[in-house]
Amino acid sequence: MNDKKVLLHVCQGTGCISGGADKVFNQLNELLDNSDYNHNVIVKKTGCHGFCQQGPLIVVEPHGFFYTKVKEDDIGEILKSLEPDGNPVKRLFYHEPLTNQPIPKYNDIPFYKLQTREILRHCGDIDPEDIQDYISIGGYKALNKALLQSPENIINEVKRSGLRGLGGAGFPAGRKWELCRNAKGDIKYVICNADEGDPGAFQDRSVMEGNPHSVIEGMIIAGYAVGAQKGFIYVRAEYPLAVLRLKIAIEQAREEGFLGENILDTNFSFDIEIFQGAGAFVCGESTALVRSIEGKRGWPKPMPRAHTTEEGLWNKPTLLNNVKTFANIPLIINNGAKWFSSKGTEKCKGTAVFSLTGKVVNCGLIEVPMGITLRKIIYEIGGGIAGGKKLKAVQTGGPSGGCIPADLLDMPVDFDSLKEAGTIMGSGGMVIMDEDTCMVDVARYFLDFTQRESCGQCIPCRLGTVQMFKILDDITKGKGRKGDIDLLIELSESIMKGSICGLGKTAPNPVLTTIRYFRNEYEAHINDKKCPAKICAM
Amino acid sequence: MEEEILEDILSGYRGNRSEIVPILQEVQDNLGYLPEKAMTEIAEFIGVPESHVYSVASFYAQFRLLPLGRKRIAVCRGTACHIRGAPQILKTIEQKINLKEGETSEDLEYTLETVACIGCCALAPCIRINKDVSGEMTPEKAELLFSENNKEAENE
Repeated sequence: MNDKKVLLHVCQGTGCISGGADKVFNQLNELLDNSDYNHNVIVKKTGCHGFCQQGPLIVVEPHGFFYTKVKEDDIGEILKSLEPDGNPVKRLFYHEPLTNQPIPKYNDIPFYKLQTREILRHCGDIDPEDIQDYISIGGYKALNKALLQSPENIINEVKRSGLRGLGGAGFPAGRKWELCRNAKGDIKYVICNADEGDPGAFQDRSVMEGNPHSVIEGMIIAGYAVGAQKGFIYVRAEYPLAVLRLKIAIEQAREEGFLGENILDTNFSFDIEIFQGAGAFVCGESTALVRSIEGKRGWPKPMPRAHTTEEGLWNKPTLLNNVKTFANIPLIINNGAKWFSSKGTEKCKGTAVFSLTGKVVNCGLIEVPMGITLRKIIYEIGGGIAGGKKLKAVQTGGPSGGCIPADLLDMPVDFDSLKEAGTIMGSGGMVIMDEDTCMVDVARYFLDFTQRESCGQCIPCRLGTVQMFKILDDITKGKGRKGDIDLLIELSESIMKGSICGLGKTAPNPVLTTIRYFRNEYEAHINDKKCPAKICAM
Repeated sequence: MEEEILEDILSGYRGNRSEIVPILQEVQDNLGYLPEKAMTEIAEFIGVPESHVYSVASFYAQFRLLPLGRKRIAVCRGTACHIRGAPQILKTIEQKINLKEGETSEDLEYTLETVACIGCCALAPCIRINKDVSGEMTPEKAELLFSENNKEAENE
């Protein structure tokens, strides 16, 4: 290898750290400090590269070599390979699972090659704890650009882009901004919903860990557009690394004059505070989240109620968006609404980020254009089903979503088509299930989750989910009774009609979709006392 | 001792109602749980009834009203973990350390909990011991992990 500077991007995401990436990083620095290794090597800690399953990961730039499952003992060899006459460490390359062929560069690995990484683009190549790194890739340019325009202009740009809220419901972001801007009152708030509570989803965590400034920049622009003075990031306390990196990022943004009084010498002032959620799934719901910041139990407000954009935090107009929605804003301001809306489908623009997990060969974080088919996600990016098994179902949307069967593989993935199929896009969890997964057990699992997480305020949700769980539990234990399926459907309908918030209204989805598509499995449990997937002990 | 720590923590706050959750979090970080006495004092500091502090503390899953073990084991029951065998992992650990989910051992060595999702789904199934996450668990790995942990504890 030649003598030019070589960059080692060492992933320091939560996934890689659990595999020892922090030790790899320390060892790398130690060896470089105490030896005659090539001094043109620069080591950089980065956020999540997305391919967590292969971690700890190191990317060598400019070559693009992608080293997987790196251990401390491998560091010496990697450093040697960077000497002028060195050769890359072939055994650490990613190996194609079917053919066992090594693929040296990450750009050539199907998992990466077929993605459209926009929000995640810089997650693996900037140091999330150094604002200068973010600035060097054009960070805070969008803020500069935004402050030279009128707030109305920015809102129009966001409206034109077609961006829809990426927290799950897909409400048009520009319209929400406009509602908040037009709401009466001098004091307004911006809140970033980073209470990623869906089990099986970690995309928001990865964005915050890998590129926290993109979220902060988006929030500042939102603050300017709606006329707010203060922002909160409501992040789960279960994400300590995301909290730490956001704290560092906010501090650095203040020092650089992007946050605080008179931002970039304009008369716009805005600051951001972190609020750590204390572990309640229901707090992902806007009114519950707001009450939680106010120091109360996270109880959603009953209907009818004013929109959060009118009466939110401390009854002031409040704009609440998801992490990824904010991370898209600098991209839209920099590249224009047209650029953004060129991706995706007619009604769903831009990209979607999914945590691709479960029984799929390549697990990790992916970003794809809206409207891509499930087949492409699972078989091309995901590399198919692990162990050569057969695909049975895809679960999206966490406990509020549902399971769709393998024969819908060619359905485009976006807000509207998923809804039609009975599930929701949600915040981005996508769990792949194979023939060894029991769908009744999955339904039981989700109802166990919701009955634990129900806030207890309204009766349909508090008691209804417990009853549904009990029926499902009985079915999986071979104690199912004739009529249980109808009873589950009846209970579902009452819970959906009677609950006051989204948690209750969507809680039956996993049950209804599994009955809709996998009724035969329920019948086998109830009538024949058999679990076709051999998961339930009958 | 506890009183001093509490006083120290409270001196960093203004006494606003919206500070209840952050105060409870900091107290728990330092004391390991929320003693009744601390909650009474927090109520007085904020100027709300004790019942309000208790209602908040008992609502959120993060808060503990009883002391926890030195090794806090959290088995992830996220969706990806569930379908990749989390129930078996929990069972193995329950048998190995002789505790049920939610229990703390009498010697305060272990607390066994489950959590909704650690967010390491690509490495499912996962467990967390204090702050360290271990991924791609199998019942065998879990068994080994706690055999070693037991040995270490005996040596200490």
